[in-house]
Amino acid sequence: MKPPPFDYHAPRSVGEALETLAGAGEHGKVLAGGQSLIPMLNMRLAAPGHLVDINRLTELDTLDVEPGGVRVGALARHARVERSEEVAAAQPLLCQALRLVAHPVIRNRGTVVGSLVHADPAAELPAVLALLGGSVRLARPGAVRDVPAAGFFTGLLESAAEPGELAVSAFFPLLPPRSGTAFREVARRHGDYALAGVAALVGLDDDLRITAARVACVSVGPAPVLVDVTEACGHRPPASADWASAARAVQERTAPEADIHATADYRRHLTGVLAQQALRDAAREALDA
Amino acid sequence: MTTKLFGEPVRRREDPRLLTGQGRYLDDLGGDALAAAFVRSPHAHARIRDIDVSAAIDVDGLVAIYTWEDLPALLAQPLPLLIPHPALTHGRTAHPLARDLVRHVGEPVVMVVARDRYLAEDACALIRVDYEILKPVVGVEEAAQSAQLVHGDVPGNVGAHLVQEVPSAAGLGAREAIETAPHTLAFRLDIERSASMPLEGRGVYARWDADDRSLRVYTSTQTSTSVRMAIAAKLGLPLPKVEVIAPDVGGGFGVKIVHPWPEEVLVPWAAILLDREVKWAEDRREHFVSSAHERAQVQSVRVGFDDDGRVLGLEVNILHDHGAYTPYGIIVPIITSTQLLGPYKIGAYRVEFSSIYTNTVQVTPYRGAGRPQAVFCMERTMDHIAAHLGADRTAVREVNFIRPDEFPYDQGLIFQDGRPLIYDSGDYPESLRMLKELIGWDSFPEAKAQAAAEGRRIGIGIGCYVEGTGVGPYEGGHVQITSDGRVHVSTGLTSQGQGHETVFAQIAAAELGVPLERVSVVTGDTRRFGYAVGTFASRAAVMSGNAIALACRKVREKALRIAADALEAAPGDLEIVDGEVRVLGAPGSSIPLATVAVLSNPLRYAFDEEAARATQFAGTSAFDRPPVEEGQEPGLEGRDYYSPLRSTFASGMHAAIVETDPLTAEIRILRYAVVHDCGNLINPMIVEGQIHGGVAQGVGGALYERMVYDEHGQLLNASFMDFLMPYATEIPRVETAHLQTPSPLNPLGIKGAGEAGVIPVSAVIASAIEDAEGIGIDRMPISPSDLFDLRRASTGRSTSET
Repeated sequence: MKPPPFDYHAPRSVGEALETLAGAGEHGKVLAGGQSLIPMLNMRLAAPGHLVDINRLTELDTLDVEPGGVRVGALARHARVERSEEVAAAQPLLCQALRLVAHPVIRNRGTVVGSLVHADPAAELPAVLALLGGSVRLARPGAVRDVPAAGFFTGLLESAAEPGELAVSAFFPLLPPRSGTAFREVARRHGDYALAGVAALVGLDDDLRITAARVACVSVGPAPVLVDVTEACGHRPPASADWASAARAVQERTAPEADIHATADYRRHLTGVLAQQALRDAAREALDA
Repeated sequence: MTTKLFGEPVRRREDPRLLTGQGRYLDDLGGDALAAAFVRSPHAHARIRDIDVSAAIDVDGLVAIYTWEDLPALLAQPLPLLIPHPALTHGRTAHPLARDLVRHVGEPVVMVVARDRYLAEDACALIRVDYEILKPVVGVEEAAQSAQLVHGDVPGNVGAHLVQEVPSAAGLGAREAIETAPHTLAFRLDIERSASMPLEGRGVYARWDADDRSLRVYTSTQTSTSVRMAIAAKLGLPLPKVEVIAPDVGGGFGVKIVHPWPEEVLVPWAAILLDREVKWAEDRREHFVSSAHERAQVQSVRVGFDDDGRVLGLEVNILHDHGAYTPYGIIVPIITSTQLLGPYKIGAYRVEFSSIYTNTVQVTPYRGAGRPQAVFCMERTMDHIAAHLGADRTAVREVNFIRPDEFPYDQGLIFQDGRPLIYDSGDYPESLRMLKELIGWDSFPEAKAQAAAEGRRIGIGIGCYVEGTGVGPYEGGHVQITSDGRVHVSTGLTSQGQGHETVFAQIAAAELGVPLERVSVVTGDTRRFGYAVGTFASRAAVMSGNAIALACRKVREKALRIAADALEAAPGDLEIVDGEVRVLGAPGSSIPLATVAVLSNPLRYAFDEEAARATQFAGTSAFDRPPVEEGQEPGLEGRDYYSPLRSTFASGMHAAIVETDPLTAEIRILRYAVVHDCGNLINPMIVEGQIHGGVAQGVGGALYERMVYDEHGQLLNASFMDFLMPYATEIPRVETAHLQTPSPLNPLGIKGAGEAGVIPVSAVIASAIEDAEGIGIDRMPISPSDLFDLRRASTGRSTSET
């Protein structure tokens, strides 16, 4: 379990990093927190010719609450985001999700943007970005583009980031007024990737009736599965909403696969249970908002 | 009084070193050594057609590539079959490097030596092995019926077959006793594979001294003395020219008692051949596919019992999955079949096992060593009987217990050491009483009803076991008091973190009457002690503890004799307190042990002031006696051995309360209680630590860990990402109570404690889940997904209480 040979680059500026990545093209790989990449290298599951270490680029170590949302720089570690009171106030779902990401030592090193680019459908953060309708900012020499979540997760461990591009930040929009969020999951062990997990967002109108209800599910497809259940909930106050029907609607949209830890049926069952729990939690938060 | 040290919760002396990164594990040594890496078979069953190393030759830093064809005659043979047994009619072991066939994924085929491990792995990746893929045999029941053979000359894949039968007092055989019993039940049980999984894998580091023609090998082993003999034999070296040292070892749990591993002979061989230091440190992936697994068994049970639940006859048929090879013999299924009876008197018993080869990693003992399967079988049987009779589960156990006045109790079987299985002591009714009180067994139904009213499901479970510990043949101890007053203790068996430096020092300090701080302990270093068996079977405290105590007694006797001369008193009037020999009742009259040590060694040359007191003109000699009297030796030291008549039998009972989530089927352990009896306690804190660690491994085996092989013999979860070893977050707080029934078999009255914690956990958790769910549990481990399936399958049936 030692990585195959690669060229190591440690650029001192974003500009230099972009040039290096552009030069490496398909053979380049970005090293940020390394919590997924290093094991893949050691198991020789990945063999990039060039490793571009961005850990010296302090200009990417940013965390800003902007008027419209939270912008997380490429070097912001999970732990920093998780513990930020400003972020918790502006976008509580980020903290709710980050508490479920692996273990504290991994969160001390791993980065939010790195997790998004890794695009593991069992991970929490892609679901959060998808549910909130956030975006990822990708840069290459002389060009920057923002890719919305809906187009960012293109497949199992695949994102819209192209060879030579560096994800420099991610943007998580604020919640509308009178809305709440929740993240529920079941994992085999504390901190493991979830067997199933559901992030939920519920919005209410001035009469405290549900006007928006949607969920993003993890571990039930090649990418986060976003389901709008506003209709299924009915335009009713949370206390009389038809959560069971909403949960069924979620289950109908998911096609989990079996693996050594759980059958497909069990994952589908869990997704329904967790969807209902997460939607109720989110509605409660919305009422408190 | 220093003698109080025995039985005190002394803090572990090794912990400051081990917990602050000061430990020296195998891979901390030999920083400049060449690195070895292995090309291992990616196929479960294949014939090697050709090995092409040409692409690897150009790797910068490559030193050597070896295949089976390069091995000298002794190394080219199959590795030793360590524990032969008459019933193991078809024992088979692997070659150090595969000769022509590979029989499991992970079997070593080529050894590469390079400047560092990175380069060695680069070279491995470039070596092309051409395999003819053969059909693999996977799954113990499939293998038992398959025409496909793991070893062409082993019909039916049966390596061993053994029947033991104990008739009832009335002379009935088990089958007859079952047929004629008022009640009869039959069922089947499954236990899946797990493995020791020490945090430090295996590893070997060899240094050849070409000038001295001697070899020093460091290996992460549970038996350095026996590795030494194996290396000397396999490499044709004189034994005195080989020394083997177990450095700090990061866990063993059984897998490191197997030896010599291929790497343990190949790495020293390469070091000699290349005249360079060579090291190999196993990585996690290698550990999963090329070390050893355990546990997997399928059991068929038939039991006959009376209206009180008294077992009149029990018949158990075991299919034991032995993997591809049997280097450690059939110890595991022997232990399963003999320890199955636990604390019970069974009317008549018949047990039969077949040890079956499969194209998977070999099976050798893992902490518990066949007992978790045995206890699962017996305790599931007790629960089945209770359910059938509508009786309390503890009442059924109680009625079957061996009574305290029935010891020594002969179970009529032959144990793993080839000796009769005779329990030395115990008090099972008291143990059960303590456990019921600790967990609150009698008040649980109210708690369960209360939980049910809140929409929660909870259940309580119990499991009892008896564990043969401290098996022979022997261990030894050496104790030396030097002229600075320090006490140097050594024993040949090895340590893997159990706390030997602490407990052996406690024993020595208590026996000698010296402060603990003056005692140092060395284990597993053949330079210090050459005769030993090893650390396994919960035997270190019993075997080396008693040997060290006996050696201390020799030293004490000698010290008193020398001091008696110096103090002009009778030895019987002397005591040793705080490192001083004192005349009883005469406080002013004393002599430090340091001085006694000086006097014990008559000298010609004074190298310091202390030594001057023992020289020939110091005026201490009696001229009518030689300086070293006949029958005596210079020095204040002693060596002794402890070799028991038979094993000593520890016991215990565990109970757990679990909660199962009605919606998600998650299983949570709310409480876990242990009553444990290992005879006299040397250090209760260390015993509790052993129990906690054992329970944690047991929880792993009950709820998380399974080795998942597919039909091609590929291990699907060969990493810590998918092999679910529990974290601290999954382990409940363990509540413990100690019962002490001393063993009459050894001077210290102790029994082993190392494996105890793990043994009954699967049985206990199964019992508790069954109680919570009202669904029969007959296979472990059980996951939430499994429980979800069981619930679905039982829909329509009663889900109320059993």
